[in-house]
Amino acid sequence: MIYLYSFLFAGFISMLGQLILDNTKLSAGHITSLFVIIGAGLDTFSIYDKIIAYVGGGALVPITSFGHSLIHGALAKAQEYGLIGILTGMFDLTASGITSAIIFTFIFSLFCKPKN
Amino acid sequence: MEKKEYKKIVDRHKPTEKRVQNAIISFLIGGIIGALGQGLIDLYSNLLDISSKDASTFMIVTLVFIASLFTALGFFDKWVTFAKCGLIIPITGFAHSMTSAGIEYRKEGPIYGLGMNIFKLAGSVILYGIVAAWLFGTIRYLLMGGI
Repeated sequence: MIYLYSFLFAGFISMLGQLILDNTKLSAGHITSLFVIIGAGLDTFSIYDKIIAYVGGGALVPITSFGHSLIHGALAKAQEYGLIGILTGMFDLTASGITSAIIFTFIFSLFCKPKN
Repeated sequence: MEKKEYKKIVDRHKPTEKRVQNAIISFLIGGIIGALGQGLIDLYSNLLDISSKDASTFMIVTLVFIASLFTALGFFDKWVTFAKCGLIIPITGFAHSMTSAGIEYRKEGPIYGLGMNIFKLAGSVILYGIVAAWLFGTIRYLLMGGI
């Protein structure tokens, strides 16, 4: 059942992005940035946590979960160190995604040439 | 740049059917990536005997690796042209934007090419993500004492 929810939620977010892309002047860059802000905003009142508990991996795949992970890492550190923790913990949970993207990009850029 | 502007004008005059078709394709592809993500979490948590939270990190890294590799091999661009937001909105779009920028600019040298352009497209996601997370995080911490 969780697979169906994952499918529906991730599909819905992607479709929402596509509808914004097709019907407004906003570019893909605008939409991804907007969705990250929405993801962080939804987590201000723990809404995104509830979505993740319900739909599982489907909510972790879209870019909205990037904003969710940023704010979560920050708040977890803020529990220990106060306001300064928001600065030190910001990248805690997203570090794996960003670091792996940087490393893979670097390695592949060394070996691959642009196709066109 | 010209090409981009031309594409924008074309998009604006596209018939509605095309938009409906794009939306359906995005829904299906995005949904498949979402279900794949959940599948990878289940696979890793069973295979490596770890919590689903740790498994989700493995899942993100796997998707980033697949998107980077396929972009480097050259056929992910065609998939993105077909599936559009179905592949851009999931984390695959983040990895794709970085790898395609890296490969495109590497000929301009390791510093001025690769180094300065790698975050060209992904930078806005990180910038606005951090600003939003800082703002909302501070609000939540001050109003509700964090978690």
